[in-house]
Amino acid sequence: MPVFWLVIIVLALAAAGYLLGRSRALQSAGGDSRNLHSQPNYYGSHVIMWVTVPAFGLMIVWLLAQPLLIDGRIAAQLPDTAVSEDTTLGLVMSDVRRVADGLDRAVGQGAMTEEQAGSVATELADLREQLAEVGVALGSNVSSDVLNAAQRYRDFKATGSLLMGIVVIALAIAGLILALLRTTNEFRARNVVERGVLTILMFAASIAILTTIGILLSLVFNTIEFFRLYSAWDFFFGLEWAPSFSGRGGASSLGVLPLLWGTFYISLIALLVSVPIGLFAAIYLSEYATPRVRAIAKPLLEVLAGIPTIVYGLFALLTVGPMLVSVFGQNTVGWMSGGTAVMTAGLVMGVMLIPFVSSLSDDIINAVPQAMRDGSYGLGATQSETIRQVILPAALPGIVGAILLAASRAIGETMIVVLGAGAAARLSLNPFEAMTTVTAKIVSQLTGDSDFASPEALVAFALGTTLFVLTLGLNVLALYIVRKYREQYE
Amino acid sequence: MNDMRLTERATDMKEIKITAEGVDVFYGDAHAIKDVSVEIEDKTVTAFIGPSGCGKSTFLRCLNRMNDTIDIARIEGDILIDGEDIYHPKVDPVQLRAKVGMVFQKPNPFPKSIYDNIAYGPRIHGLAKTKADLDDIVERALRRGALWDEVKDRLQEPGTGLSGGQQQRLCIARAVATEPEVLLMDEPCSALDPIATAQVEELIDELRQNYSVVIVTHSMQQAARVSQKTAFFHLGILVEYGETGEIFTTPKDSRTESYITGRIG
Amino acid sequence: MIDMSADGSAPAPAKNSLHAADERTRRRNAAEKRFRAYGVAAIVTGLLALVFLVYAILSNGLPAFQRTVVNIEFTMTQEQFDEAESALLKTRVYTDFFIGALTDSLETRGLDAEFDGGTVERLLGKVGGTLRSHYRENPGDIGQAISFELPASSRVDRYFKGTFTRESVGEGNRFMQPGDLDLVDALAEAGVIIQTFNWQFITGVDTGVDNPGGAGIGASVLGSFMMMIVVLVLSLPIGVAASIYLEEFAPKNWFTDLIEVNISNLAAVPSIVFGILGLAVFIQFMHLPQSAPLVGGLVLTLMTLPTIIISTRASLKSVPPSIRDAALAVGASKMQSVFHHVLPLAMPGILTGTIIGLAQALGETAPLLLIGMVGFVARYPETFLEGFEGPNSAMPAQIYNWASRSDAVFTEKAWGGIIILLIFLLSMNIIAILLRRKFERRW
Repeated sequence: MPVFWLVIIVLALAAAGYLLGRSRALQSAGGDSRNLHSQPNYYGSHVIMWVTVPAFGLMIVWLLAQPLLIDGRIAAQLPDTAVSEDTTLGLVMSDVRRVADGLDRAVGQGAMTEEQAGSVATELADLREQLAEVGVALGSNVSSDVLNAAQRYRDFKATGSLLMGIVVIALAIAGLILALLRTTNEFRARNVVERGVLTILMFAASIAILTTIGILLSLVFNTIEFFRLYSAWDFFFGLEWAPSFSGRGGASSLGVLPLLWGTFYISLIALLVSVPIGLFAAIYLSEYATPRVRAIAKPLLEVLAGIPTIVYGLFALLTVGPMLVSVFGQNTVGWMSGGTAVMTAGLVMGVMLIPFVSSLSDDIINAVPQAMRDGSYGLGATQSETIRQVILPAALPGIVGAILLAASRAIGETMIVVLGAGAAARLSLNPFEAMTTVTAKIVSQLTGDSDFASPEALVAFALGTTLFVLTLGLNVLALYIVRKYREQYE
Repeated sequence: MNDMRLTERATDMKEIKITAEGVDVFYGDAHAIKDVSVEIEDKTVTAFIGPSGCGKSTFLRCLNRMNDTIDIARIEGDILIDGEDIYHPKVDPVQLRAKVGMVFQKPNPFPKSIYDNIAYGPRIHGLAKTKADLDDIVERALRRGALWDEVKDRLQEPGTGLSGGQQQRLCIARAVATEPEVLLMDEPCSALDPIATAQVEELIDELRQNYSVVIVTHSMQQAARVSQKTAFFHLGILVEYGETGEIFTTPKDSRTESYITGRIG
Repeated sequence: MIDMSADGSAPAPAKNSLHAADERTRRRNAAEKRFRAYGVAAIVTGLLALVFLVYAILSNGLPAFQRTVVNIEFTMTQEQFDEAESALLKTRVYTDFFIGALTDSLETRGLDAEFDGGTVERLLGKVGGTLRSHYRENPGDIGQAISFELPASSRVDRYFKGTFTRESVGEGNRFMQPGDLDLVDALAEAGVIIQTFNWQFITGVDTGVDNPGGAGIGASVLGSFMMMIVVLVLSLPIGVAASIYLEEFAPKNWFTDLIEVNISNLAAVPSIVFGILGLAVFIQFMHLPQSAPLVGGLVLTLMTLPTIIISTRASLKSVPPSIRDAALAVGASKMQSVFHHVLPLAMPGILTGTIIGLAQALGETAPLLLIGMVGFVARYPETFLEGFEGPNSAMPAQIYNWASRSDAVFTEKAWGGIIILLIFLLSMNIIAILLRRKFERRW
C-alpha cells in the first residue's frame, strides 16, 4: 500500500514541521511569544499548510492522471491482432488490467515471485488457473498479447508509483523548508493561515458543484456513446422495450416510452394515496390537534419517512403483493396474476410519501398568517370553512410545490419498484399488471456482468439522463413555487 | 351637574345590547381580566382605553368568543347579548360571530378578489339566494364601508392590492356584509396613516346609526373623537366607565386622571 | 361619501335566539364534523400503515433470530477416533457413531425410534463432517463428554416455526420423508431438539443455496460499518467546512449562488443517479475496486453532503450574531470568532444533523447495487485495509440479495436483516434526539 505509507510520511513531515515552525518562531522572538506577530500555533500551522497542501494536491492529480496515461500508452502499444472482431479495445484493456491485478495478487499472496510475474509466459504455465487460485476469475484464456501488455502495465505502474512517491516527498520537504525560511517574528502567520483556511473552506463548498459536474459528465458522455450505437429517435419514441440478453449482437428494442409509462403510472397511484392522506393529516395536525396529539402523531408519522426504502421494497414484495393477490387474484376477481404489480408498488410508495407530503404541507399551512384565520373566524366561519375557503387557497401554491417534490421523489424511487413492480415493460392501463420503471431498468441493465460498451448497458445512462432531467425539472419548478410562496408572507 | 343629568337621561333611552357580569379571563396562570362588569348600549360607539397590556383587547375578544381559538384561555362570569348568555353550552360561536362582527388591528384581507372578500361572509351564512342578491349585498356593504366609489370598477382585483386604509375599510365592509348587530374593532387605525385614520373614524361615526360599535384604542384623542361612552381599563380591572365627555373632563378615579394627563400609560 | 340610501331598506336582522341553532348552522356544523373526521381518518390511516409495517417486519423477521438445534452429549473415545480416521469413508463412520449416541440417549429417555444415516442427513445435514473437523481441531476433547449443538436442517427449522407442515412433505421428497417428522416430534419431546438464539445469524456470513439456514448478516454489518467510517470521515469535515464558508464568509456573488442552487438540487437528486455517478467516475474512470466499501462510502458521502450542509447551516444560523460581535469586539479575527465561538456552540446541532445524515446513508440501497455491492460475500475481510478495498456487501444490499432468492429461509433472513438494520437506525436516531435534548439551547 504505497499510497498509504506516502500519506503517513507526509503527515509525519507535517507534524515535525509544526513543531519546527513553532520553535523557530519562538526562537526568533527571543523565546517570548509576545514579540511574535501571531500566536506560535499559527507558525506551526503555516508550516503544516505548506507541507501538506501541495504534496496531497499533487498526489491526487497524479493518482487521477496516471491510469489515464498508462492506459493510453499500453493501448497504443497493443498489436492490432489483440483486438479482434468480437471484442473492443475497452474489453481488451479491462482484461489487461484484470490480469495485471491478478499478478499483483499472486505476488502479494506469495503464489509467485516478482520475477516470475514479470517473466511468466502463457506457454509455460496455465495462468488462468493460477490466477483463479488467488481469486481473480478470467473469462477466457489469457492471450500472449494481453499477458505482455499486462506485464508492461505492471511495470509502468510500479515506475509511476515510485516516481510519484519521490516527487510527493520532495515537494513536501521543499514546502517544509520554504515555510521555515519564511518564519520570523515579523511574519504575519495568522493572516496567511487564515487565507489558506478560507481557500480550503471555499474548496469544500465547491464540492457541490464538482458533484453536479461529475453527474453531468458521467451521464452525458455515456449517453452520447449510447446514441452513437442506437438511434435517439428509437430510444425516445420506441414503444417496445426488449433488450437482447446475449449482450452482443442481436437487435435490442430500447424504447423508453413503456418505462416512462410505468414510472408515471406508479407515481400517479403513489400520489393518489399520499396526497389526500398527507394533506388531511397536515390539516388536522396544524389546525385541529391538541398539542399533545400533535406531539405524538407527528413524530410517529415521520417514522414512516425514516424507514429505508429497501424495507418498503420487501414489504411490497412479500406482504402487500400477496395480500393484493388474495383480494384481486385468480381465486376472486382474477384481475391480478402475480404479487408484483403497479398497484403493489404504487400503494407502498404512497405510504412512504405520506409523511413527506404531510410535513411539507404542515410547514406551508403554518406559514399562512394567523390574521387570515382571525379574519375568517371573526366573520363567523367554522373551522372547516376557514380551512377550505381561506387557508387552503392561500397555501395552494406551496402545496402544489410540495406535491411536485413528492412526485419527483416517486419518479426517482428505486428499491420499491425494483422489488414490487415487476420486470416486464408494458404499455397497459391495468394497474394490477406488472410494469417496470426507468429506475428499475437502470438497475437491471447495470448489474450483472454485461459489457459496458454494449448498447444494452449504455442505455442505462440514457435512462439516467432522462430521469435526472425529469426530476431536476420538477425540483427546480417546485422550489421556485415554494420560494415565491414564502416570500409572499415574509 | 346639570349637564350630567341630561346625559344620564339620554343614555337611559337607549337599549342595553351587551351585559357583562363579573367577567374573569385567565391565560394559563395569568389573570388577564379581573371581575369586569359593564353594560354596552345599542347604536352607540363605546371606546375601551387604557395602557397596553391592560386587557382591553382581551375583553373585546370575549364578546364574540374569539378567545375560544386560543387553547389556554379560560373565561368565567356571564356575558349576555340581548339577554342571552353567549357562553351557554347551547350557543354556537359560529352563529354568535355572525351576529357580532369584528375588525382587527392590522387589515387582514383574504388573498382573494375584493368581491370574494366581501361575499365570503354572506356565502358561508347563506344570506344570498341568487347571484344578484349577492351582488346587492356586496355593493351595499362596500357603500357602507365607504369604499364603493373607489373599487367599483375593479371588484375582481385582489384585495391585498389596495392601500392600507382601503384594506381596513374593506375589512369593515366585509364585517358589515354579514349583517351583524354588534361591531367590535380592535385598534382598527393603529396600522393606518392619519388620512386613512380620519376616513375610518368618519365611517365609524356613520356605522353608529345601525350598530352597537365597540372600539379598542390606545389613542385618547380617537376615543374622544368617535365614542359616546368610554371604559378605562388598567391592569385587567375596569377602572371607570361612563360618558366620554365626562371621563375626559372630570374623571372620578385618580388612575383615570393619571392616564389622561399622560402620567401612566 | 356614504350612501345611506343603500341601507335604508336593510333587512332587519332575523332576531333568532343564540340558544337555538338554526337549520343552516346545524348543516354547517355537520360539515365541520365530517371535515374533522377526514383529518382523523387520514392520521389513523397513516398510523395503521405504520403499525402494519412494523407487524409485518416483526412477525416475519423475529423467527430469523431463532434456530432449531439438536442438543446432544457425545463422547468420542480415542479408539473410536483412530478407527474413524483409518477408515476409507471417514465421515460416514463419524455419522454412525453419532447415530449410536443418539439412539442411546433416546433409549435412556424411554423413546424408541428407528432411523438411519439418511434420516440424520435429512434432519441435521452432514453431521459426520462437523464432528470430524471438531475433533481434528480439538484433539483434547477426545474421551471427554462434549455437549454439541448441531443446527437442524432448514425444513426442520421451518417445521418448528410453522411455515413447513406435514402436508408439505410429499412422497419421494429428497429433503424430507414422511416418517422423519415423527422422529423430529419424538426428539423434540425428549428435549433433544430445542430452539436457541441464532447467534450465527448475527455473526455469520452469507451462504449458498445449499445451506440457507447458516446465512448470517455479520460480514455485511461490517461492510456497512466500514462505509459509515468513510462517510463520517469525509462528510463531517467537508460538510462543516462548506457550511462555514457559505454561512460566514461567502460573498454574495454568482459563484455563491451557483453553490447554493447546486446544494439544494443535489439534495433532491434520486439516489440511483449517485450510483451512476459512482459507477462512471469511481469505477470506470478512476479504476477503484468494484464492490468495495471505500467506493460505497464515497458515493454515499456525495449523497449525504447536501443533507449535512443544510442542517449544519441551520445550526450555524441559530447562533445569534451577538456572539460573533462579542468575539470581534475583543479583537479576534473573523476566522477566530467562527472557530472559537460559533462552531463550538453549533456543534451539538451539527452532530445531530450528521448522525441523521449517516442514518439515511446507512439505509440507502440503490446506489450500492450499481457499484456492485450485491455480490456473494462469504467471508470476513482479513485485514483492516481489505475491509475498505476488498469486495463486501452492506446491510441493505445483503437484504436485497436475500429477498431476490427464492428459498423461503432466505426471505426470513431478509426480514431478520431488516430488524437489525432498523435497530441500528433507531439507536442512531435516539442518540441524535438525546444529543439535541441535552444541548438544546434557547437564545
